[in-house]
Amino acid sequence: MKSAKELRAEGATPLVEMKDISIAFGGVKAVDHVSVDLYPGEVVGLLGHNGAGKSTLIKVLSGAYKMDSGEIRVDGEKVEITSPRDARALNIETIYQTLALADNLDATANLFLGREMVTPFGLVNDAAMEAECRKIMGKLNPNFRKFNEPVSALSGGQRQSVAIARAVYFNARILIMDEPTAALGPHETQMVAELIQQLKAQGIGIFLIDHDVHAVMELCDRASVMKNGELVGTVNIEDVSDDDLLSMIILGKKPEHAAA
Amino acid sequence: MTETASQPIPEQPKRNLFQQLELDMRLLGMIGAFAILCIGFNIVTDGRFLTSRNIFNLTIQTVSVAIMATGMVFVIVTRHIDLSVGALLATCSAVMAMTQTEILPNMLGLGLNHPATWAITLVVGLATGTLIGAFQGWMVGYLTIPAFIVTLGGFLVWRNVAWYLTSGQTIGPLDSTFMMFGGTNGTLGTFWSWVFGIVAAVLGVMALLSARRSKVQHGFPVKPAWAEAVMAVLICVAILGFIAVLNAYEIPSRRLERMFELRGETMPEGYTSGYGLPISVLILIAVAVVMTIIARRTRLGRYIFATGGNPDAAELSGINTRWLTVKVFAIMGFLCALSAVVASARLANHSNDIGTLDELRVIAAAVIGGTALSGGFGTIYGAILGALIMQSLQSGMAMVGVDAPLQNIVVGSVLVLAVWIDIVYRKRLGAK
Repeated sequence: MKSAKELRAEGATPLVEMKDISIAFGGVKAVDHVSVDLYPGEVVGLLGHNGAGKSTLIKVLSGAYKMDSGEIRVDGEKVEITSPRDARALNIETIYQTLALADNLDATANLFLGREMVTPFGLVNDAAMEAECRKIMGKLNPNFRKFNEPVSALSGGQRQSVAIARAVYFNARILIMDEPTAALGPHETQMVAELIQQLKAQGIGIFLIDHDVHAVMELCDRASVMKNGELVGTVNIEDVSDDDLLSMIILGKKPEHAAA
Repeated sequence: MTETASQPIPEQPKRNLFQQLELDMRLLGMIGAFAILCIGFNIVTDGRFLTSRNIFNLTIQTVSVAIMATGMVFVIVTRHIDLSVGALLATCSAVMAMTQTEILPNMLGLGLNHPATWAITLVVGLATGTLIGAFQGWMVGYLTIPAFIVTLGGFLVWRNVAWYLTSGQTIGPLDSTFMMFGGTNGTLGTFWSWVFGIVAAVLGVMALLSARRSKVQHGFPVKPAWAEAVMAVLICVAILGFIAVLNAYEIPSRRLERMFELRGETMPEGYTSGYGLPISVLILIAVAVVMTIIARRTRLGRYIFATGGNPDAAELSGINTRWLTVKVFAIMGFLCALSAVVASARLANHSNDIGTLDELRVIAAAVIGGTALSGGFGTIYGAILGALIMQSLQSGMAMVGVDAPLQNIVVGSVLVLAVWIDIVYRKRLGAK
């Protein structure tokens, strides 16, 4: 399989293109004519201060917000995403910063929420779902034991792994991770980093939202930086230093030597 | 991500008796409180409380509130409230009363007690309740008016729509077949009650076994066989014991004589017969089973609880929470109409004050039954047990001769106390 870099150099069709996206809340332009794209097997970091508009941009892709203008293409085809259901149908999966778990339900119910397995009579098949849940958790987090307890009884890392399991179980092609390591300890952060490498190798495209520049330098192929709702620029990680990225985030200036 | 090893299932540590039986501690607590209440009243009333006659009356008095309480569980679990259930019951009752005493017999010329009257009335009533419920749900879900306000408005509107429809008159007597849905007017009789009890016991044991089989199939831990057997015996004893009590309440001989006379026969000397299972209680049992299946085994139920636990997460999971709200209130409306059938049939007429204060009884029953007002938690059986506890308290005090104001003071205090105990219990458990 060709790497994302080669695909991009050949001018192949990106997995996702978000073109000229704008969205305003009241009078505030949260996202102002921003374009980003993503190739298979690529990790694109989205950087910026709190309120720069990165989460808003990505919620347009995951179906949580409706854009005011712009277009989204998946595999070169124009698509309409008006609800989280639409995004899921396009194999776009999201791990939200808040994790978006129903605290009163157990891991299995959360994993399959909105996509329950049913018996021929149309009733939910809890036993079959729990078996699948045990399988995927066995791969992601072998120490996970609390299958029959509400997720409110789980630790931060365990909750995170439920959220990750939910995103990767359903054959995601495009994965959005909104600060996946914000609530995690060093060991669990390392686990997420390894997982990202695995998913990359499977040809999944990942948008990674983070404000930790070091994490982005380590995990991403490219980075798009946003400031005040506008795109400062997109750079190849190989071409830039930590300081370059920081100055893009803080000053909104794109380094002259880096263009992508 | 290529290995397929499943998660190993850890050995179960040694646990105490209740844990091995996997009984819900809250359910156990409620049954315990209920038992103490019954035994206490029985002692104070010199054994009049736990007679078959009183138990029979208690069950038929509980039905109307219990049916609505199961729907209130869904409403409260999704973080809403419905203050209009008593008023909605009145409107449904008024619509059905007018349908069976005015519209069908006079305007459509079917005459009184036509064999189709009860069925048409039932359909009209249930449709009315469901539509009104759905309409209120639409205002809550799509217009985003708080449920408290929508149903507070509904409380005034539907109470007075009922008044307007009937000009405030008591409408009766109702259709003779229709009246079978209320308490003593329609019971299964001893034989069919036993048949029902045995079938129910067999189904209960089969459900237990099939749940166990499905767990074994996937290699999940199951409770020891003896624990399962104890549960099966408990289920059978509870069901058949209940039937035995209802069958033991004998129809007064005067009434039996009249029944024979109606059929043109004379009653044999020394003939006796028990009432058996009232049809209204049968309806409550059916509602309880269906609502429990909805809550636990359907997507609708899963989404109701997910939305109650975290509305944003439910929305992001692709659940249409607005439409869900409409469905929840439509179910509530349907159940109000069903309660209206039972309540008006039991009274044998529609009176202007039918269902007054029922909204508070229904909410109290759901809450005493462990439904959390913060959303996400609640059980159908809890709500029914809650309704039963409230009704027992009320009629027990009436039997003892407690003054009416004191009765309400006690019921109100018990409600607050029950919720406080529940909060303490949840904190101990470390759950939210």
